[in-house]
Amino acid sequence: MSTFLGMPATAPRGVGHLRGDQTFPRAAHDALGNSQLRRNLRHATTTIRGKSGKVIAELPDWQELRDAGSAIKADVMARLPELLEELEARVTEAGGVVHWAADANEANEIVTRLVRETGSSRVIKVKSMATQEIGLNEALEEAGITPVETDLAELIVQLGDDKPSHILVPAIHRNRSEIREIFLRAMPGVDPALTDDPPVLAAAARRYLRETFLSTEVAVSGANFAIAATGTLGVVESEGNGRMCLTLPDTLITVMGIEKVLPTWRDLEVFLQLLPRASTGERMNPYTTMWTGVTPGDGPQNFHLVLLDNGRSAVLADTAGRQALHCIRCSACLNVCPVYERTGGHSYGSVYPGPIGAVLSPQLTGVADNASLPYASSLCGACFDACPVKIDIPSLLVHLRNQVPHPPAERAAMAAAAYTMARPRLYANAQRAAKLARIAGRRGRGLPPPFSGWTAGRDLPEFPSQTFRDWWAER
Amino acid sequence: MRIALFATCLADTLFPEAAKATVLLLERLGHEVVFPAEQTCCGQMHVNTGYQAAALPLVKRYASVFDPYDVIVAPSGSCVGSIRHQHSMVAAAYGDAGLAARAADVGSRTYELSELLVDVLGVEDVGAYFPHRVTYHPTCHSLRMTRVGDKPLRLLRQVRGLDLVELPAAEQCCGFGGTFAIKNAETSTAMLADKMTNIVSTGADVCTAGDASCLMHIGGGLSRLRTGVRTVHLAEILASTEFTS
Ligand code: SF4
Repeated sequence: MSTFLGMPATAPRGVGHLRGDQTFPRAAHDALGNSQLRRNLRHATTTIRGKSGKVIAELPDWQELRDAGSAIKADVMARLPELLEELEARVTEAGGVVHWAADANEANEIVTRLVRETGSSRVIKVKSMATQEIGLNEALEEAGITPVETDLAELIVQLGDDKPSHILVPAIHRNRSEIREIFLRAMPGVDPALTDDPPVLAAAARRYLRETFLSTEVAVSGANFAIAATGTLGVVESEGNGRMCLTLPDTLITVMGIEKVLPTWRDLEVFLQLLPRASTGERMNPYTTMWTGVTPGDGPQNFHLVLLDNGRSAVLADTAGRQALHCIRCSACLNVCPVYERTGGHSYGSVYPGPIGAVLSPQLTGVADNASLPYASSLCGACFDACPVKIDIPSLLVHLRNQVPHPPAERAAMAAAAYTMARPRLYANAQRAAKLARIAGRRGRGLPPPFSGWTAGRDLPEFPSQTFRDWWAER
Repeated sequence: MRIALFATCLADTLFPEAAKATVLLLERLGHEVVFPAEQTCCGQMHVNTGYQAAALPLVKRYASVFDPYDVIVAPSGSCVGSIRHQHSMVAAAYGDAGLAARAADVGSRTYELSELLVDVLGVEDVGAYFPHRVTYHPTCHSLRMTRVGDKPLRLLRQVRGLDLVELPAAEQCCGFGGTFAIKNAETSTAMLADKMTNIVSTGADVCTAGDASCLMHIGGGLSRLRTGVRTVHLAEILASTEFTS
């Protein structure tokens, strides 16, 4: 472990899932060639967009709610250390134990040790982005502990030996016949006569999960919210599997990103309206489970809260970039993003795909480690309009692009263009030179790299006989 | 009214018809158009590709060239959005508070063509004639950064002879995004493919928009596929009359 020298550290390499092994364009190339994937994604995102749009339109104060959500989050970020200490004190008073994890390695060590101390070799898991981010399942498996995902989609991903591709619907890239095959191949004790009828698939998962719930003593969860004033943690979900995990086992270990804290119980009023409508298009999510420490004779008797940094302090230190920490992981930005809809989540190489992933992952890892992600957007702005806490993702993308280490050839070309544009006479000469070059070439022919990708699918416009400024000068 | 024209580098160089049409239209409506020759480019490409320092002289140039004018117009929702929202940000990022204030001020006097016509000049019927079946693509920056709303549609509805047909999934990005179309050419092409499918499905002869950049991208694709649909800038449609079209 290195000594803390005062500069916030980014998420460590070699552990967790924040970096891909390919650049975005390279990974997108494979995804774009997969027609099944593109059909699955288009169908799913179009459906969610429609549902969400409808229930949002029901609220006359949606814009005010977004403003309120944004203001609460800005306040939380402004006094995060103080709120976290308050949370720690309240959780401890209520009989919980708080652990601080500087990064993924530390968090995995803490959770593995805690599970070992219970003597259990299996844990049930509530769907959680934070544990995906740090690669907890892999760390547990390495320690001989079997993690069982209980969220249906997360279970499909786990059994399929696959990676999640969406924040809320991790198996969005799969259709039901693919899911049937995965269950037949990997689900213990599955009925071999399984069909791809959704209720049949759900029943198969339920049977398997019930057995697991009743025979496992330790659960690991994430948290959507934590209330500093009371030490209360909360998880919202649709299936009820999370509630089983949160209430049945003897020991509950919650891993939570430090940005999830809210000052008071009352702040939930805003987020419990924003989150379900923006994410699943529901008026209210079916299950909201909240717990405060431990209660003798009721629910888990041991509660541990692991507060995860893993690069978040580094994000917080950038006053322009820190709004990425406002994210409540609703996935609305993914569902409206035209790039995500075509390339899917795996292209982003991180557990955080889509527009928020394109800004959050590079910030957590350091921009140089994820340099192609801030460019994985056409800056169309649909994400900004959709975000329930009004994160200005396009501006964040531009902010991060300014920190990316640029390729030398591009840097030279951009500098030359700026130099010319800053000098009107030079600019007018360049316009004429470009025209001559085009006339010398043949129309329809491709441009050289790096522009060749553009001309591969499009015809170049014909060069006009006269620039506008020449026309103006002559009239 | 005396109106300064910012032609934009793209229109000036590759699509002069859009800038010419802006001049002819405004003159037809009885206004005086001036073209400050010292203008070049708004710097949006540099800002959006991550070269804010390189964009700074362009921001400075825009602010000083256009400061003397009360009303400035550009036939590009994208450039206007950048001028309004990014110029002062770039200036502030490089510690020039004076420039940031001036850029914001000049930006607030810079209008996209449909905004100028509807909001400033108070006209929706510009007396145009364009006897074609037309579909309108709102373009992301006009729609979400500059917020031109339905002003282009209001203007198009008044054009004589024009049969306006609605574009399915109009608000989805066409995939241009400046250097996005180069850095992520394949994803951009996939987005363009869907946009073209939607355009062709309308049966329109012409697809129009308020941004030459998106039209270059869409038009390049429609031409490559030999669809028989052409792209025409909004300014050109509004400038057409019975005798010029
Ligand atoms: S950035 Fe906004 S829209 Fe995207 S997941 Fe986070 S809260 Fe939701």
